[in-house]
Amino acid sequence: MNQIVDVLIIGSGASGAAVAWSLAGTRMKILCLEQGDWVKQSDFPSNGRDWEARRYGDFDISPNRRARPTDYPVNDDNSPMKVANFNGVGGGTIMYTAHFPRMHPSDFRVRSLDGVADDWPVDYAMLEPFFAENDRMMGVSGLAGDPAYPPKQLPMPPLPLGKTGTRYARAMNKLGWHWWPSDSTIATTEYDGRAQCINLGHCTPGCAQGAKASTDITYWPHAIRAGVELRPRCRVREITTNEHGMASGAIYYDADGVERFQPAEMVILACNGIGTPRLLLNSASSRFPNGLANSSGLVGKNLMLHPWPQVRGYIDERVDGDRAPMLSLWSKEFYETDPARDFVRGYTLQFHRGTGVVNEAITSAAVGRLPWGQDHHRVYRDLVYRRLQIGIACEDLPEEHNRVTLDPVLKDSHGIPAPRIDYTISENTRRMMEHGIARAEEILTAAGANNLYTSRTILNSPGHLLGTARMGIDPERSVVNEWGRCHDVKNLFIVDGSIWVTSGGVNPTSTIQALALYIADSIKQRLATLFD
Amino acid sequence: MRTDPKTMLSPAESRDLRCVAGMMIPPSAAFGVPGADDAAIFADITASLGRDFADVRQALGALAALSGGAFADLDEARRAAVAEAFQARGGAALVTLTRVILQCYYRDDRVVRSLDLEPRPPFPKGHMLEQGDWSLLDPVRARPKMWRDVPPR
Repeated sequence: MNQIVDVLIIGSGASGAAVAWSLAGTRMKILCLEQGDWVKQSDFPSNGRDWEARRYGDFDISPNRRARPTDYPVNDDNSPMKVANFNGVGGGTIMYTAHFPRMHPSDFRVRSLDGVADDWPVDYAMLEPFFAENDRMMGVSGLAGDPAYPPKQLPMPPLPLGKTGTRYARAMNKLGWHWWPSDSTIATTEYDGRAQCINLGHCTPGCAQGAKASTDITYWPHAIRAGVELRPRCRVREITTNEHGMASGAIYYDADGVERFQPAEMVILACNGIGTPRLLLNSASSRFPNGLANSSGLVGKNLMLHPWPQVRGYIDERVDGDRAPMLSLWSKEFYETDPARDFVRGYTLQFHRGTGVVNEAITSAAVGRLPWGQDHHRVYRDLVYRRLQIGIACEDLPEEHNRVTLDPVLKDSHGIPAPRIDYTISENTRRMMEHGIARAEEILTAAGANNLYTSRTILNSPGHLLGTARMGIDPERSVVNEWGRCHDVKNLFIVDGSIWVTSGGVNPTSTIQALALYIADSIKQRLATLFD
Repeated sequence: MRTDPKTMLSPAESRDLRCVAGMMIPPSAAFGVPGADDAAIFADITASLGRDFADVRQALGALAALSGGAFADLDEARRAAVAEAFQARGGAALVTLTRVILQCYYRDDRVVRSLDLEPRPPFPKGHMLEQGDWSLLDPVRARPKMWRDVPPR
């Protein structure tokens, strides 16, 4: 049997890495089990001529399509949006765009401000020092002075505007709408051992240059040097509990498929908004018949996925295409609730630089805009490197019928029941989506684009898995308390996106990590009385 | 040569695939490019089927059914009519078939050069990106704060 550890962290992605690093200073014995492998920079697609094709293969964002031995399947048939994730050291940060907005102050107080959903038990001011610490650890580029946010300083200058950004900027100024260079975890200078971005493009499926911050190259080297053990290729089946109802460790399968038990004094879940409820539900026992930490019945419920329409158009000159990081600008013009609109809450507009040669052909053909025959060549040349595209990051509010359960049939390669998601887009969100689509069309038109096309729900978008083990003060209305400890199991913590109360209209990684650092700090402050 | 029917197309399927690839993207003297049925490109397509093999085979089966036999053996007018019906029917298998052709065609050196691009992977050379004119931000910098204050807890 393995030796007992003080802290067992399950999952090495955005939150697991941050909490491991933060707790390392306590000198506790810390172990992280990760179901995936280390990924080498030389494995990433941008090393080879088939870089675009591999996004539809072993670097697809869908675990169902990617189907690596380290992936688990997800039944997402009953959802218009499909699950995206990555299973490996670094988790979803291996496969994200590196767009790194924080939640806004209003996002934590939606009940008080807008009369919907619930307020969070924490707020922006409480998290602010952890946002800053995380920006330093991940290495964030950006520009101070954004009027959409309280003041903040970023460690590196912003990504360049480029030709595409300049086109958007002029259009936004013509309309008089807010825009600003995005916070991004792409290094614009050498930073903490990372090389400077050289504009490989294709940042989402990993950065061969190592300029994109994923936790395998940011937090983990520091945590491992500080004594944390990271054990890859270990897939956890269930959290075990003892006669006192406390977590006692985890049963997992090692790289050889051998079942093992890892005892622990404390367990921290960092498996994302799908993996965490799956594990809690798979940890049902006679004492916890509805799943571990589920006396509220809310484990798996309130799944939020961020509906993300995309509008694209084409201009009369070649711009940057895929020859630079995909996202570098945002607009918060429509982020805050406006009573004049027919929906509450709001969205971020994200401005894409364009796409690659192969992907332009594939995506245009898929929507019937690239003909067969002689005319193919002329039409294609009017598309390639001329695309402008705007993504609309919509806040979806928590609804209990949007949920993760265990699929009665589907299992992973170890025979562990797989998750099933049931998800619908609410009427409020639909109205928000249509508002955003109309604004995106105005922007593209102002930028001189034509041949507009809208995708209301793009498949596999966007991998933001939130809300399925929400935090709160009331044990009947939440799964974890205001510092991440499960109400039902006092040595079990959750630090990933599943603890979110609402979703905001931003990419979540920055806030997930700030929350994880805040929870780690709360643990450190309470070490003497942690399980009381 | 022995082939595995579970991972290799039959000669008839291969002929139909090459024919449909050539119809999708014919050679063009005007643009100085080969068609997708070019020998080197088609070899890349068949070597790259991988996890898409089953979908491609299904698409080719549907094409053969619409053709009443081998698609490649039809006369030109009939092939055009079948191809139109094939596209109109749509479906996931057709999307996959289209993708495997396009992803190989648009990475061929001759095609990439015809687009005034270098045929190379992004790494290690990368690309140059102009900084742009940051004075465009001046009107945004001048705006008052936009975030909402929140009431005290």
